[in-house]
Amino acid sequence: MMDQAQFHIRDLHVRFRTQADELHAVKGVSLSVARGETLAIVGESGSGKSQTMLAALGLLASNGVVTGSAMLNGQELIGASEVALDRVRGAKVTMIFQEPMTSLDPLYTIGQQIIAVIRRHRTVSAADAKAEALALLERVRIPDAARRLASYPHEMSGGQRQRVVIAMALANRPDLLVADEPTTALDVTIQSEILALLADLQREMGMAIAFITHDLGIVRRIAKRVAVMRHGEIVESGPVEQVFNAPRHPYTRALLDAEPGGTKEPTPADSPVLLEAQDVRVHYPVKSGFFGRTTQVIKAVDGVSLTLKRGGTIGIVGESGSGKSTLGKAIVKLAPATGMIRLEDRALIPLSRAEMRPLRRSLQMVFQDPYGSLSPRMTVGEIITEGLLVHEPGLTSAARDRRAAEALEEVHLDAALRNRFPHEFSGGQRQRIAIARAMILKPRLVILDEPTSALDRSIQKAIVDLLRDLQRRHGLAYIFISHDLAVVRAMADTILVMKDGQVVEQGESENLIRHPREDYTRRLLAAAMETGFSPC
Amino acid sequence: MSEAATHGRSLWADARDRLARNRAAMASLVLISLIALACLFGPFLTGHAYDKVYSDYVKVPASLASQPTEDRIGPALQRTASRLRATIASDTREGNTIRLVLTAPRAIDERSLAFFERSDLFHAAKVLERAEEGKRLTLLVPIERNRFLFGTDGNGRDMLTRTLIAGRVSLAIGLLATFVAILIGVTYGAVSGYLGGRVDTVMMRAVDVLYSLPFIFFVIMLVVFFGRNFVLMFLAVGAVEWLDMARIVRGQTLSLKRREFVQAADVLGVSTPGILRRHIIPNTLGPVVVYTTLLVPKVILLESFLSFLGLGVQEPMTSWGVLISDGARNIQGATYLLIFPAIFLTTTLFCLNFIGDGLRDALDPRDR
Amino acid sequence: MLFFVIRRFFSSIPTLFVVVTLSFFLMRVAPGGPFDLEQPLEAKIMENLNRAYGLDRPLIEQYGRYLANLLRGDLGPSFYIRDFSVAEILMKGLPVSMTLGTLAILLALGVGTTLGVIASLRQNSAVDYAVIGFATAGVTIPNFVVAPLFQIVFGLMLALLPVGGWNDGAVRNIILPVIVLALPQVAVVARMTRASMIEALRSDHVRTLRSLGMGQRIIVIHALRGAILPIISYLGPTAAALLTGSVVVETIFGLPGIGRYFVEGALNRDYTLVMGTVVVVAVFVLVFNMVVDILYALLDPRVRYE
Repeated sequence: MMDQAQFHIRDLHVRFRTQADELHAVKGVSLSVARGETLAIVGESGSGKSQTMLAALGLLASNGVVTGSAMLNGQELIGASEVALDRVRGAKVTMIFQEPMTSLDPLYTIGQQIIAVIRRHRTVSAADAKAEALALLERVRIPDAARRLASYPHEMSGGQRQRVVIAMALANRPDLLVADEPTTALDVTIQSEILALLADLQREMGMAIAFITHDLGIVRRIAKRVAVMRHGEIVESGPVEQVFNAPRHPYTRALLDAEPGGTKEPTPADSPVLLEAQDVRVHYPVKSGFFGRTTQVIKAVDGVSLTLKRGGTIGIVGESGSGKSTLGKAIVKLAPATGMIRLEDRALIPLSRAEMRPLRRSLQMVFQDPYGSLSPRMTVGEIITEGLLVHEPGLTSAARDRRAAEALEEVHLDAALRNRFPHEFSGGQRQRIAIARAMILKPRLVILDEPTSALDRSIQKAIVDLLRDLQRRHGLAYIFISHDLAVVRAMADTILVMKDGQVVEQGESENLIRHPREDYTRRLLAAAMETGFSPC
Repeated sequence: MSEAATHGRSLWADARDRLARNRAAMASLVLISLIALACLFGPFLTGHAYDKVYSDYVKVPASLASQPTEDRIGPALQRTASRLRATIASDTREGNTIRLVLTAPRAIDERSLAFFERSDLFHAAKVLERAEEGKRLTLLVPIERNRFLFGTDGNGRDMLTRTLIAGRVSLAIGLLATFVAILIGVTYGAVSGYLGGRVDTVMMRAVDVLYSLPFIFFVIMLVVFFGRNFVLMFLAVGAVEWLDMARIVRGQTLSLKRREFVQAADVLGVSTPGILRRHIIPNTLGPVVVYTTLLVPKVILLESFLSFLGLGVQEPMTSWGVLISDGARNIQGATYLLIFPAIFLTTTLFCLNFIGDGLRDALDPRDR
Repeated sequence: MLFFVIRRFFSSIPTLFVVVTLSFFLMRVAPGGPFDLEQPLEAKIMENLNRAYGLDRPLIEQYGRYLANLLRGDLGPSFYIRDFSVAEILMKGLPVSMTLGTLAILLALGVGTTLGVIASLRQNSAVDYAVIGFATAGVTIPNFVVAPLFQIVFGLMLALLPVGGWNDGAVRNIILPVIVLALPQVAVVARMTRASMIEALRSDHVRTLRSLGMGQRIIVIHALRGAILPIISYLGPTAAALLTGSVVVETIFGLPGIGRYFVEGALNRDYTLVMGTVVVVAVFVLVFNMVVDILYALLDPRVRYE
């Protein structure tokens, strides 16, 4: 085993010097990747999995200090000069990253960028390099490759850009490809295509892959061996089968258990209707030309109807651009809509800002980004009680403070933390704060716009449990918007599948997942299954 | 520990700590405070009024020595004696007083002894003895001691006092004009950005037009208009310098408007003024503060530029710009006339720039 | 592309119109007139002068006439510098100002970006601090302090270069004014380059280049191409301002550029001369803004020529 290994990391430490103190991000990691194999390095955010590989390749930020050893084909990379590293990187080992939208230079064409990589490491004529670039684009299955050579990155979709990045990384047939969450930023169907592409390329070209991910489904799909990282250390490693079926370390077990499970208790059939929407449309005119004529209309939401009972949950599923978030915003009047939306007996769309205000109490929303949805210069207590200023203006500040403490306890946070500021909390804690802000008003309907997408799996599960618990106790109704079928299934009575602003299919959750009728739903499910989701 | 757990650190507190660790910015802060204090209280301590003319001390070079120097006393006595139409029979020094014996062909008019007092070198003379029917006088003339640490200008005014007074004027102008610019800029930018749509387009188009006006022309017109009243003038300069501020605040407001915490406040039912007050304005403050520290030196520099053109503050009032342009004209003979105000001005501008840079780093730790 | 340029050109005409109108009326509202001398002229003479120059007509008629003349390219006669038309004065001054301005801009761009790149590659080193220090000095020390210092040091003490005069644009005469003019711009460009290079060097696509072993030289080229964009938009209006003359430098070095004429004109209420200068400056500003837009469109493929 050891002799075949072409990439060894031994006792690697990474420290970051900040102005105030030192952060020990990677604490003595050792691992190896054999010729042609795929090793998955799995861990949650902050586990040091990316920093380990960046350090090994000499790509750390300038305040990072690395010690230890990283050998590629017998050559030591730690401490090697930039010039020596530049001969290895791009030729023997390459790395691809998570953000396909920003990892290509926006000012150069795809062709120029690929050709530069080829000619940097090999003596090839310009014409030959161009031919090679074309062959590479075809190999990563970019349609109309000849024309695409002259395209700029902004003219391509995220999935296509990631294919270009892969083409560049493989241009000089490296021995090792380090892939740092290369599919995380992509929609599930595209994610699945990229994973299939990487597997095919590995078969054809025979490179080893070190695949960094937080997604256990992906690990199961692509890797033979896995290393589980936490707090800068490898807690467990071995063949995927063994680690997944018989985890030895409690953290691995926790990770494996973290897939949101269970389903919602069904809503009683006689429950009264809380929200009804008919033929909701959100159209944005695109103005262009000198006089600002409307030349085009973007139909973000195009004729959606739904009915939600008290205590029920509707899950809305779709890929980016499907209009699912816009629909949620239309219901709380953050987006201008036409059609009919009725909360109990009040039609919402014709209401003015002032007329809407008393109704907002019963209609709340939790947003996707736990970092962006809390005002950065207010304390948590102020954030949570801001709604009370509007809806219960008579409250004394002592009473408000008491309510803040209660609300924090309700979402399982220490009430003593209410004088702190949002930036002092982790992502999961912030999402709890955002939930507390909605709950303090005792709403009847909460729109949850991807509330778990920005969080690690183990935290997702806790948030899902919390939301289900709150629903049970207060008889809440939810509209749960997500791209993640596993989470939606754990939350919703019924599911709406959206595409291009329209509802493609809807039905009772289990039924829809087990027996999808529409082709698009099937594709979505298939892609989700390939990355670990199981419908049974 | 429990204190730390219950009381959070705001972003402002974090920024303050980061700023406190920035040595260049902290040194600048201390230095500029010293300059400001010196300008504020210094003029009371120098012993000279900023507009007092010492006609006997024109263009005295900067020195620590007390005036008059010995070589000045003799000629000054001669000059005063000849004004009295008398000749000096003898003079003897007794410390800081001179025992002077004057003789004249005719009786000396004692009223004209006021010439001694009128000179900047002596106090009032006292008659000790009158002889020969007033044709021979014995006088006691005390020497008036003065110090001009920065020298005196072409009119014989103390440069130290003038530099400090000029500092008051320059700093006041800088702060005043900046205040006006910030006030107009923040309001205009926030309104334009928050209302958006057609209003925003029109308001920003107006800013574009003002940008393509030749700026100097504008200022000169304003000076002509307001007739060199410096308060009015710098209200006007502030009224011109707000353009950048408006753009910055508008951009900030536009991006804040899209942030989820503003939408969250909307969903809570918070009113527009509430959103502006609690969510928008506190978050635009960072760039505004940074821009302010960079605008103050810009305005001070602009004032000195106008002074150079002869359009600045009017005599006998003065500003660093006036002193520097005066010094630049005398650079060959009397370098100290340029050096001292230039040191004060550039030190102030340097400090403000370092503080601005430090604030930027402190408020936006990403750019480190 | 051609369509883009043409449209851009036509959209700047309203701006120019507003600039002309605003300046015209602002100037006329101000007290005083072109023939106010130390000793007032006789009423009769004043009247005749005013009639000769059309100043006795209603303001709105004068404005209409000015616009009509302007469209024909006629900027009118100067009030203050008698016997010369404004066009003649500007044609004499403009080459001087433009020579100085062009050289100063080139110097600023060349030296400024070089310093900025060097500083950004050695962030927080002594070299970096030296560049920051120089840049801060460049923007804080007023040029009317620098100019006389240079005159003394290089002109009188070392006697290397003349202290002033145009001398038909002899190289020896131009060196000092160009350096003084360029210094603050070198400083600003160096600062901006440093800041945007640091940002660019940290960007994701530079990390991609590093992960592909592309080497320092290629990385700098890629980063600089992105970093240069904000500098171009800064240099547009700055170039317009420099090319149309710097009052201070022209005054101190005794150079016959249009900056000086402008200030003299304004102080003496030479309406036509001031208006002429304003029009020239505004045209320069608009042209350079257009050039910036075109350069942007050429350098950044994300900007489309709509």
